[in-house]
Amino acid sequence: MSKLTRDDVLKLAQLARLELTDEEVEQYSSELTEILRYVEQLSAVDVEGLEPTNQVTGLTNVTREDEVQDYGYEATGLLKNVPAVKNNQIKTKRMIG
Amino acid sequence: MAGQWLPIADIAAQVQAGTSRASDLVEQSLETIADKQEEYKAIIATTPDRARERAEAIDVRVAKGEKVGRLAGVPFIAKDNFLVFGADTTAASNMLKGFNAPYQATAIEKLEAEGAICVAKANLDAFAHGSSTENSDFFTTRNPHDTSRVPGGSSGGSAAAVALEMAPFATGSDTGSSIRLPAAFCGVVGFKPTYGAVSRSGVVAMASSLDVVGPLARTVEDASLVFDVIADKDILDSTTLARDPKGYALPAELGTDLTGTKIGILKEYMDDHTAPAIKATLGQAIEKLKKAGAEISEISIPSMPLSLAVYYVLCPAEVSSNLGRYDGQRYGYNAAETEDLETSYKNSRGRGFGKEAKRRIMIGTYVLSSGYYDAYYKRAQIVRTKLIREFEAAFQKVDFMLGAVSPTGHFKIGEKTHDPLEMYLADLYMTGANLVGIPSISVPAGMADGLPVGLQLLAPQRKDRELLSLARQAEELLI
Repeated sequence: MSKLTRDDVLKLAQLARLELTDEEVEQYSSELTEILRYVEQLSAVDVEGLEPTNQVTGLTNVTREDEVQDYGYEATGLLKNVPAVKNNQIKTKRMIG
Repeated sequence: MAGQWLPIADIAAQVQAGTSRASDLVEQSLETIADKQEEYKAIIATTPDRARERAEAIDVRVAKGEKVGRLAGVPFIAKDNFLVFGADTTAASNMLKGFNAPYQATAIEKLEAEGAICVAKANLDAFAHGSSTENSDFFTTRNPHDTSRVPGGSSGGSAAAVALEMAPFATGSDTGSSIRLPAAFCGVVGFKPTYGAVSRSGVVAMASSLDVVGPLARTVEDASLVFDVIADKDILDSTTLARDPKGYALPAELGTDLTGTKIGILKEYMDDHTAPAIKATLGQAIEKLKKAGAEISEISIPSMPLSLAVYYVLCPAEVSSNLGRYDGQRYGYNAAETEDLETSYKNSRGRGFGKEAKRRIMIGTYVLSSGYYDAYYKRAQIVRTKLIREFEAAFQKVDFMLGAVSPTGHFKIGEKTHDPLEMYLADLYMTGANLVGIPSISVPAGMADGLPVGLQLLAPQRKDRELLSLARQAEELLI
């Protein structure tokens, strides 16, 4: 695998919504390249007839009754960590320009 | 190390009998923390007000003749990625600095219901990303046996706190080594149960197909009791499993007869990478198990050398998904002065996350992105299946496996921080258990070069009680 370029790293950062400094872009391009090279050994493995594993204990479609449970929490308590609240709702910047 | 705490069951019995007061135990714990914190930095915050309040209530209940529970008045320390009342929950990250839990983790609720009292929150690698606590956004914890060395991670604060006897036990989480590695480095017991045995509700999510919650304690007996209290199905975590009907608390007299117990030395966990001093210590431990009647053989998981590569695809992929929720709008660090929402996201995440969190988000985003998904993520999931099959086949031949915890042993603070891959390799012998969902425990096996060495024991899925029994027997044989 070739080295991740500055543009590759910036594209990833955009996808992940991360603001990076120039120094970080430089650092990650070499570190990520090294890590991805390490994991590339997986491409040589014989995986004939094997399916991917998502869940290791065999549970599927765990459901419960869709009923309201009272955990005794007030909205104000649940909103106490929100940076900006207005009328008991979370306030953010404009989403549509 | 001098023992200031009795076995947990005895502490609780004394509190229940009124011969010992929960309030005194809490003070004892807080004093030990105050005494040792400056040198070792195991703790992020104490929870003195709530702890004292709870202790007093327990003492009042005892005086009234009420039954308090199996952990009556026992102080404990929670890794700071558990949501606990009485202090902020930061996951040792700037992102969650000042985050005050609006509810408590199920594991904490269960411990409290049996009378245990949280006295402090322990340091960790931020968001549990690391093997040394050096990735904590606040400070690095020091190894109780040698302050120039790391305590292991990510539950390094929990392990150091238990070794320093700040409390009789601590909670931890383990995604790829995070309970067992620090336990080994600090000379305590660390138990990573079967995937799904303990609810993760209220624990800051790292990689959800791998994350488990478990105890760190001074003895296997203590760890088993704590595990017995926290292990249960939970409606708030749909991956949880039903309890073993026999429970997990160990009988008082277990003896040390291992006749008929088949233990495989896992070849790949004791190989050319393993430091000679660690090998020698574990060799002596194996001899003792043999003398006690265990049938020791060698066993191999041929694909094991791939496990770390599988882990470092799947783990960052899941990390990048789980950390997607930190957008700076609902909770966590918020970069206030921005024009629009997009910039607010980017700045909040860019500044709130530390280097390792960002590194993992970037790797995860890469392996999940269109064009690379099949080559990396799906491929890793398939090799994960291969590992599961090989483990299943190996456990047809043996009841348990054993091996080293880490190839290198205690590294110095700063030794691996500029080489992320080198740091990841410290987990070489640990991530396999997470990938296949099996229980694994680290028990002290002796010393090498003046530092504790951990013995790793592994069992098939859902054989947690059996593994704890063997670990208890091994502990008695090895000490």
